[in-house]
Amino acid sequence: MSAISREDVVHLAHLAHIEMSGAELDKMTGELDAIVGAIASVSEVASSDVPATSHPIPLTNVLREDTVGQTLSIDEVLLNAPDSDSDRFKVPAILDGE
Amino acid sequence: MNELIKLSGAELAAKLRAGEVTSVEAVQAHLDRIAEVDGALNAFLHVNAEEALAVAAEVDAIRAAGGAEAEALHPLAGVPIAIKDLIVTKGQPTTAASKMLEGWMSPYDATVIEKIRAAKLPMLGKTNLDEFAMGSSTEHSAYGVTRNPWNLNRIPGGSGGGSAAAVASYEAPLALGTDTGGSIRQPGAVTGTVGVKPTYGAVSRYGAIAMASSLDQIGPVSRTVLDSAYLQELIGGHDPKDSTSLPKDLEGLVAAAEAGATGDLKGLRVGVIKELTGEGYQEGVQARFNESLELLKAAGAEIVEVSCPNFKYALGAYYLIMPSEVSSNLAKFDGVRYGNRVLPEEGPMTIERVMGTTRAAGFGDEVKRRIILGTYALSAGYYDAYYGSAQKVRTLIQRDFDAAFEQADVLVSPTSPTVAFELGANDNDPLAMYLNDVATIPANLAGVPGITVPGGLSENLPVGIQFLAPAFEDARLYRAGAALETLLEKQWGHSLISQAPAINTASIAQEA
Repeated sequence: MSAISREDVVHLAHLAHIEMSGAELDKMTGELDAIVGAIASVSEVASSDVPATSHPIPLTNVLREDTVGQTLSIDEVLLNAPDSDSDRFKVPAILDGE
Repeated sequence: MNELIKLSGAELAAKLRAGEVTSVEAVQAHLDRIAEVDGALNAFLHVNAEEALAVAAEVDAIRAAGGAEAEALHPLAGVPIAIKDLIVTKGQPTTAASKMLEGWMSPYDATVIEKIRAAKLPMLGKTNLDEFAMGSSTEHSAYGVTRNPWNLNRIPGGSGGGSAAAVASYEAPLALGTDTGGSIRQPGAVTGTVGVKPTYGAVSRYGAIAMASSLDQIGPVSRTVLDSAYLQELIGGHDPKDSTSLPKDLEGLVAAAEAGATGDLKGLRVGVIKELTGEGYQEGVQARFNESLELLKAAGAEIVEVSCPNFKYALGAYYLIMPSEVSSNLAKFDGVRYGNRVLPEEGPMTIERVMGTTRAAGFGDEVKRRIILGTYALSAGYYDAYYGSAQKVRTLIQRDFDAAFEQADVLVSPTSPTVAFELGANDNDPLAMYLNDVATIPANLAGVPGITVPGGLSENLPVGIQFLAPAFEDARLYRAGAALETLLEKQWGHSLISQAPAINTASIAQEA
């Protein structure tokens, strides 16, 4: 069974905000299918009685004093901005057709 | 070659303290070496000569003046260090070896960089890596491959190939790396150097550009075990800026390395991981590994075999968990607040489309592959089967470690199943590339520490021996690692790195 179809990759690329050419989509589909095929074996041993681990060394209640720490100036924040206007990041239209 | 660059960090530090050499001389000698060989190696993406010399001059002035300030200097003050370009630094570009961050200047320092500045180690520059640390060969850098100093047609490992090659070629005595699935240890193994992945949380990750947050760890890269111990003691410790930072500092690392260097391992139980030997490991790698075991046994260690049956699922779990975290962590590179913005050539100019073209142009193939794979593993309908299962495997691997550490104080395996392969050998087979990390990945999944030490040569290329210890027991790695280093060097009559051939700078210049 092919795990990942080309349509899947089109959808995933859209979700991940990465534009891909037709050739890229073809290549990625084949590679992902091979990779997923090789790693799908994890489900063999993952029975329902095994708890999940999300973090190697869990810490709880990691809190800090509610005081102002290191902050960046506006100049520092905008230092690497691709585009800015006065104190703000500038971006193209958020909505299509405006 | 200036003999200063052949000194280990600890040796150079002693000479600096004794006033036999100045830090400016030491830094200049390393800058000269970089100028001589880095055209062939491409280990550095940025050389920070001016600032490094200024810091060196400052250390020299403090030492010359003497008094309380000189007394208070860190033992490594004035010893130069190279920084993997995944760690953010003020005053130097940080690119993560990606076009996305070309020329990006961090407005803040990583915590490890703050510590290095406070201890006054001159920073030589930023080292090459696989883009966003995704790879095992440094071939995925957007700024060209780094070459292995032992053989310029071979990979230096990855993702930290730049740091490992810099240290192996005497461009720097010390370097920082990051290890998500082996990115410190595997490059160390294939370049004949030492590298340590500390216990998860033992070194602050604040300012390391995140790849997979539950796996990433900053650690030391050096030519000797003692140097890595000094460096981990310097960069380690609790950091309130990293919510995963361990509350307790790990101590006694240098002392453990010094104790190990006596070569006495009486009473140490060393567990050979059955699943990480034999099939899949090159004959020469296996032979050097077996010889190291004999030496450990002769030094008084008790060798036991342990089984970690779930390690065979580690690679699969890793390649689900890591891409899932990647897809989330790299969502911030959208061309809005920082990084390069690339506009679509046609069609409507909306921010969504700008993100799509920005990410298409800014990310390389491997980064895209992992983002898409992670997006898939986390998507509705597949989450339980893939990401959920992988998290359960993570539990099983932790249990395997727990059981193994009841029988043994440290575990041992080859660091990498093969010696350095040829550049381009895995270009069209991402899956084959992933197999390089089979022995290093379990430590990241469980959060336990690991070290690689040089174990000899096969096909004239270095082989690495890996020790693993329980979480928080990094000191055990330094003891066992230093002992093996001492025993092997005694047997050989020299260090492994001293056998590396001279770097033929002309060969690459002609190719280019």
